[in-house]
Amino acid sequence: MTDKNKSPLANALDDTLSWVDARFPLTSNIKAHLTEYYAPKNFNFWYFFGSLALMVLVLQILTGIFLTMHYKPDAELAFGSVEYIMRDVPWGWLIRYMHSTGASMFFVVVYLHMFRGIIYGSYRAPRELIWLFGVAIFLALMGEAFFGYLLPWGQMSYWGAQVIVNLFSAIPFIGPDVSEWLRGDYLVSDATLNRFFAFHVIALPFVLAGLVVAHLIALHEVGSNNPDGVEIKKLKDKKTGIPLDGIPFHPYYTVKDLVGVSVFLIVFSAIVFFAPEMGGYFLEANNFVPADPLKTPAHIAPVWYFTPYYSILRAVPPILNSQFPGVAAMGLSVVAFAFLPWLDKSPVKSIRYRGTLYKKWLAAFVVSFLVLGYLGTVPSNIWGQFGAWMGGADRATVVARFFTAVYFLFFILMPWYSKKDKTKPVPDRVTG
Amino acid sequence: MSDNQNDKQQADLQAGEPNQIDLEKRNFLIATSAVGALGCAAVAVPFVASMTPSERAKAAGAPVEVDISKIEPGTMMTAEWRGQPVWIINRTDEMTAELAKHNDQLSDPACEVTSQQPEYCKNSSRSIKPNVAVVVGICTHLGCSPTEKIKPGGDMGENWTGGFFCPCHGSKFDLAGRVFKGSPAPINLVVPPHKYLTDNTLLIGVDTEEKA
Repeated sequence: MTDKNKSPLANALDDTLSWVDARFPLTSNIKAHLTEYYAPKNFNFWYFFGSLALMVLVLQILTGIFLTMHYKPDAELAFGSVEYIMRDVPWGWLIRYMHSTGASMFFVVVYLHMFRGIIYGSYRAPRELIWLFGVAIFLALMGEAFFGYLLPWGQMSYWGAQVIVNLFSAIPFIGPDVSEWLRGDYLVSDATLNRFFAFHVIALPFVLAGLVVAHLIALHEVGSNNPDGVEIKKLKDKKTGIPLDGIPFHPYYTVKDLVGVSVFLIVFSAIVFFAPEMGGYFLEANNFVPADPLKTPAHIAPVWYFTPYYSILRAVPPILNSQFPGVAAMGLSVVAFAFLPWLDKSPVKSIRYRGTLYKKWLAAFVVSFLVLGYLGTVPSNIWGQFGAWMGGADRATVVARFFTAVYFLFFILMPWYSKKDKTKPVPDRVTG
Repeated sequence: MSDNQNDKQQADLQAGEPNQIDLEKRNFLIATSAVGALGCAAVAVPFVASMTPSERAKAAGAPVEVDISKIEPGTMMTAEWRGQPVWIINRTDEMTAELAKHNDQLSDPACEVTSQQPEYCKNSSRSIKPNVAVVVGICTHLGCSPTEKIKPGGDMGENWTGGFFCPCHGSKFDLAGRVFKGSPAPINLVVPPHKYLTDNTLLIGVDTEEKA
């Protein structure tokens, strides 16, 4: 198929491409997912975080590969091997700080990405499965972060793992056996470290990658939502069949996302180079002390991205001599997001056309999430105790209980307030 | 569907047996799938079992011998058994006497939950010798190791009569490891099986009825 108007090189490239296309759907996939994937033209700031999450995942896998070249998953050697990476391995400190900062930034990006989904109703039909894959990614990410946190084998690693694994022993009847099985020992030990390494480095990254692919396939099947929450596929150009409000993902959004990536990397580098510990929020001070199974640090707290759920765990008192209600509430607070597509009964998707009732509830939820997040980082006696009229209860615990209730009411009452809300009319076309 | 398959179906139709379901073949396929699934489940067993404590981990639970002669009255020491901290507290007479006075503030003052101590320690001092308490220093809430707050008062408030405070979630225990009401921890700390070899030598991890 030599074209005389083209150079020999261009002809050779064309021939190669058609050779590949006859054997693998390369061109058709590039079209379906990039050059002829039509995304709404009104994406705004909030739409940076999906592509950023993908980039951070790649960054974590890449830095992780290089860390495993020097790290030793052995209770005797682990702590020392991390210090070895930090001091003796050329540029090891940079790779490790990129990985530890990447973990926190992953959650920053994912929380903003989830918030975008909530305010613009991106979880609503027909995008329920995209949302469910997303919740699964979030769960896998939490597991990945938890398993990874044990690996440096510091005090906080050790006691964090001890507490989280013991959460499973609160499950009635089978609990103690389950946590023993997870640890592979009667306490967190070398066996635990070794298997957490396996989960962190092999099992969960595979799961994550698979879920991300499913997330994107589902997204490209139904098309992206947008800040107006209108379906751009409803109005198509009669000749071309292209949505009137759609623009090809490449080059328009690839270029836009590159701007997001640039700004993100500036922030990311600033943290890596100037504040990798982020004042104890990204890397906790106690984790620079080797794990000691005989001594719990005076104050233990999870890393910031787990603290809202940890607050909920602490806030729920034991019922009938069982700590299971607290553990169940914590589990539910994470899984609750999965029910959003079926809890939201509003006739509109986007916050732009919702009424004040919904906005008030959303604001209450955001405040609850932030307050619980803060309280999870501090001891429960931080604000002192109430007087005898409240039974001398810790003030912070009472506040945490109140916001735990608000957190759950946001979900439980959603079918009611989302329906009752006074909505505005939704336009046919996106508004830019 | 490709043309070839279509053609074949057409041919079957003409042969007059397109809608006949071959039940024998279907049952055979169901049975084969069931056996296959069973096989997969059976293969999962060794993988799941490989994650339970190994023989080496089980063997590490051997009893430990502790010399308690050097513990001053009113202080404690920490021994290690199965990788866990075991506190040995040498209580003064006042401390032991105090144990009986705050029963109304405890969740389980009489040690009714039998899993938390051997039968011979189900008494008012939760110990063999009234003055020597032996307790596993792992909080029954989520497994942190509580901090020693043996002295009365201090940062624990005026009414504190001495005991232990868990830094993780604020559970409080008395000097016999019994949990105070209102703590996140549901039950008393564990008293491990133990016995005295001599007056001052304690063997933790085994008692008179069991063999080491």
